[in-house]
Amino acid sequence: MSVSQTSSPKSGGYKTLPDELGHFGPYGGRFVPENLMPALEDLHAAYLTAQQDPAFHEEMEDLLTNYAGRPTPLYEAKNLSKALGGGRIFLKREDLTHTGAHKINNALGQVLLARRMGKKRIIAETGAGQHGVATATVAALMGLECMVYMGTLDMERQALNVTRMEMLGATVEPVTSGSRSLKDATTQAIRDWVANVGDTHYIIGSVVGPHPYPMLVRGFQSVIGKEARAQLLEREGKLPKAAVACVGAGSNAIGLFHPLLNDPVDLIGVEAAGYGLDTGEHAASLTAGRPGVLHGSSLYLLQDPDGQIIEAYSMAAGLDYPGVGPEHSYLKDIDRATYATVDDKAAVKAFMDLARYEGIIPALESSHALAHLKDLAPRYATDDIILVCLSGRGDKDVSQVAAYLEKQK
Amino acid sequence: MNPVIREKFAAAAEQGRAAFVPYVTGGFPNADTCLELITALDDLGSEVIEVGLPFSDPLADGPTIQLSSQRALEAGATPVKILQTMERAAAKTQAALVAMTYVNPVLTMGYEEFAKRASGSGVSGVIIPDLPPEEAVEWLDACQAHGLDPVFMAAPGTPMERLDLILAAGGGFLYYVSMDGVTGTELELPPERLAAMQKVRARSSLPVAVGFGVATPAQAAALAPVADGVVVGSALVRQVHQAKTPQEAVEAVSRLAGELRQALVR
Repeated sequence: MSVSQTSSPKSGGYKTLPDELGHFGPYGGRFVPENLMPALEDLHAAYLTAQQDPAFHEEMEDLLTNYAGRPTPLYEAKNLSKALGGGRIFLKREDLTHTGAHKINNALGQVLLARRMGKKRIIAETGAGQHGVATATVAALMGLECMVYMGTLDMERQALNVTRMEMLGATVEPVTSGSRSLKDATTQAIRDWVANVGDTHYIIGSVVGPHPYPMLVRGFQSVIGKEARAQLLEREGKLPKAAVACVGAGSNAIGLFHPLLNDPVDLIGVEAAGYGLDTGEHAASLTAGRPGVLHGSSLYLLQDPDGQIIEAYSMAAGLDYPGVGPEHSYLKDIDRATYATVDDKAAVKAFMDLARYEGIIPALESSHALAHLKDLAPRYATDDIILVCLSGRGDKDVSQVAAYLEKQK
Repeated sequence: MNPVIREKFAAAAEQGRAAFVPYVTGGFPNADTCLELITALDDLGSEVIEVGLPFSDPLADGPTIQLSSQRALEAGATPVKILQTMERAAAKTQAALVAMTYVNPVLTMGYEEFAKRASGSGVSGVIIPDLPPEEAVEWLDACQAHGLDPVFMAAPGTPMERLDLILAAGGGFLYYVSMDGVTGTELELPPERLAAMQKVRARSSLPVAVGFGVATPAQAAALAPVADGVVVGSALVRQVHQAKTPQEAVEAVSRLAGELRQALVR
């Protein structure tokens, strides 16, 4: 793979996207059944009004600080940096938030919007279960009914998170259609929303779905990049040379990238190569897919020659999605961000390495970003900073990784 | 624009009926039986027949049609093959044929190419539930160029200004979704819902066909006075699921469809 060492910021303007209809260049938009149109308009209006309302920001700020545990630490992984050679690796510790992943940032923002809109019921889709747990958590906090759609394959892989959601009072609805994972959970959640749009808000977990979702999820996740940027400037007096994040549908990556779009920083997303790109069993939509429409927006997609969606595969349930958000699709096309791939095996090795070098057990999803550092770090000078989003913690993955390692013996 | 669909609605109205618009999933249970089903529906006097081109992730469809789509795809159905079936059907049927699909398979073939092929196969109109007018600029041009009616949907929550936008873009008929829900959901018809339909019909320059959840002759009869047409999908597809043989499927669909059509006399 190639990484440009000196990508300079293209002349501004990124932050004005999407346009009024939710387009990022040819991507994004609003491809949904007519029933949902009024609800999307309402959500858009509620978001814009909330943005102008100091009371909204105050409550959000309070919850992020005192409930979610922000700002999250920025930790320099000196042992890992030394082992890999090259740039200094800094980890943005989203794994230390309440519920253990960046998903809480978005769930909190959206539940406040749901309350402003007077919705009584919350639904969500989940893959790894982190977004489901975050949603169940905020629904409990606000006293709202909550239903989480989850593929039965993921329910097996992530049994711990199923129990957590149920303890938080959510109903976990098993999805048995198609791939029995994130794609089909999302499809079922959207259908539920079509049927119950009057009293229900759909908290989508990533920067996908119809406009305004990619924009508002980005808005709530940008706290990651904003904090990290400020922390680096304050502590090190400079910006990173590179920012790296894993990309399933792309929410932690957009959260990290967006505040850095107009800075001279290499932005690198890492997709899941599963068993390997040549096996066809992967989740690398940007690397191996082509543009299409899924779940309400235009984006890069894994699909067959007739336009049927192909099931994605990754060991990391949170990356197991056949599309990547419209803004990433656009950033790829204009070469503002580059996207690499990491397979299951390399991700597991990075998982173990972080545990052994730094005493941190990362989520399998985040381990994909970490695994790419082996190639990336040596390309940078020893005083260059490489900022990595450690999007979640790995407690949920320990038995899966242990079983994987046992099988390799 | 294509005159065929509106002529069919007008003919039904002259006979004092709401038009009957049944749906079948293309390639389900297999290509040959699907063709038989279309022919049988035509024989009993359907005005418009909708044929579904299956998509792997049908957002607007309930479990019945979703499962039929999955089965059709497993059996090797593709948009091209189903359009070929429709072409064979068009050669021997009176009803207007309408294709119903999702945007991604159309986009994959290309709007222009899809419109050309559909039109060349004797299709009069195309319904794409996840392609609202805002995103349909290129599609509308392709329909215009190939004499296809782009059929759009409206829902109970659609504001009147938006309805005007949809009517201005659309052709053939307006597909009015009876309720918030996916296809095949149980339908209730309280007076205020019927009144809302009448309001939309009064405003519409196109014939209005009501669909989603219509399963029984009694429901069809209740809708006949307030709609120009009634769409029935899941209830017919369910007959195919339940049938033990293709022959049984054709018989069961014909029986229910005959009763439904009968119920549309005003």
